[in-house]
Amino acid sequence: MQWLDALIQGVLLGGMYAQYALGMALMFGVMRIVNISHGDLVILLSLIGISLASAFGLGPLPVLVALVPLAVLIGFVLQKTVLNRVVGNDPLPSLIATFGLSIALQNLMLQIWSANSRSLPGYGLESRSIEIGGIYIGLLPVIVLAVATGLTWGLDLMLKRTRFGRALRAAAADVEAAAMTGIDPRAVYALATAAAVGILGFAAVFQALRSTVAPADGPAQLIYAFEAVIIGGMGSVWGAFIGSMVLGISQAIGFRIDPGFGVLAGHIVFLFVLATRPQGLFGRA
Amino acid sequence: MSAVLSTHGLVARYGDFQALYGVDTELGAGECVALIGANGAGKSTFLRAVMGLLPVAREMVRLDGEPVGGTAPDRMVQKGVAIVPEGRRLFTGMSVEDNLRVAIDQAARAAGKAGARAGGKGGWTLKRVHDLFPILAEKARTPVQSLSGGQQQMVAIGRALLCQPRVLLCDEISLGLAPKVIREIYAALPEIRAAGTAVILVEQDVGLAQSASDRLYCMLEGRVTLAGKSAEISRAQIGEAYFGVGHAVA
Repeated sequence: MQWLDALIQGVLLGGMYAQYALGMALMFGVMRIVNISHGDLVILLSLIGISLASAFGLGPLPVLVALVPLAVLIGFVLQKTVLNRVVGNDPLPSLIATFGLSIALQNLMLQIWSANSRSLPGYGLESRSIEIGGIYIGLLPVIVLAVATGLTWGLDLMLKRTRFGRALRAAAADVEAAAMTGIDPRAVYALATAAAVGILGFAAVFQALRSTVAPADGPAQLIYAFEAVIIGGMGSVWGAFIGSMVLGISQAIGFRIDPGFGVLAGHIVFLFVLATRPQGLFGRA
Repeated sequence: MSAVLSTHGLVARYGDFQALYGVDTELGAGECVALIGANGAGKSTFLRAVMGLLPVAREMVRLDGEPVGGTAPDRMVQKGVAIVPEGRRLFTGMSVEDNLRVAIDQAARAAGKAGARAGGKGGWTLKRVHDLFPILAEKARTPVQSLSGGQQQMVAIGRALLCQPRVLLCDEISLGLAPKVIREIYAALPEIRAAGTAVILVEQDVGLAQSASDRLYCMLEGRVTLAGKSAEISRAQIGEAYFGVGHAVA
């Protein structure tokens, strides 16, 4: 029973990680942009959301509705002004640029919001739970998982069925050939980053609801997103989702073995996958 | 004859290495011109420079008289120039149909943006490409990486045609293919030209190039060493231009 509970909690935790990982799967897996500021963007959006909530007395849903379009805009501007200058076959320039951005964002957030931990008031949503056969399941984690599943499904469908999705996959496969077929890679990348950061708008709201956020929390979120994408396999959206589940379950089971072992267990599983199947569970060799 | 595409003293370099030394060429509307020459003569570089994949000066390439040198490749496609690139360069991991759809999508986007200005007189549709290469209809759902070389080449040609080009650049489309497959692919050429598309063929096989084209240019070490009507040029002339016999090599 205890292990079944750990498994369920792990899957629910995986839902949260999936929301970080989807944007990463799009940027890292498809565009080969290593965005070190990924986690900091989540925290920035969380803090903006918290400030919006306290300034206008908004509940979680209105904050989400306001935050996602803002996130899309931030992503678009980020790609247009910074990332399009450094994107290319070499992943190093984008890594360095976003590393600098990460440090700048953390300090900016420290200036504006101070180092205090904050959270988004959920008006009781965060403490509601449902009991199924003696196992208590939080309502909020279930919503997080449902939203993550919906986002994964939507993103996968967008990549497979839409004009934009085909253009993005084509640019990911061979950017020069894509340009020779009439695609403007920079325009496609700008939209892709807008979508990736837009998804982080969801992650930001749920992160601030289920726990606290502080300006220095970004790098930890970044690591989880990276690990989930690499476990799942680069370039696969459902792979990132499953990778998030694997990471969540590893951490939950590790936590049951010893409370100090949870996060480490996730890292160990990640390293094990990296050593034995470096292309990821769903990646092509 | 008014040239749809022309180059004027085209110079291109890869870093310190100069690959083209002032190449002058002309392609008439609906014409098929072959570009022959040994490995390293600059044929592919010529196509890359025209397509905007290498930095060149504006005045060096003209499309309908308008200077377009150095225009980004996606803009060149919108202006009506498409390429079947060396090595096919298909979108790996995507199906045959999705590879073709990418071109359809972009042509539709360009047409929507520019109204009637967009290049396509050809009116190429997925169905017409399927009529041209029936195997592509059969393999529509197959990932391109599991096709044979000839079938991949057909996808690459289909993809370029669906860009609705007025000028089609073909880079070594016979390379590495069996003679039967080469005949099959070259059999599509008359239909492509019937749609009003002018073609530049870069070809290693001199006989094939000569029989398929109206005129030909022979290149050697980044320069044009011979130009003329394909039917009137003798093998001896080509041999001389191809290998540089009698030419002072700097």
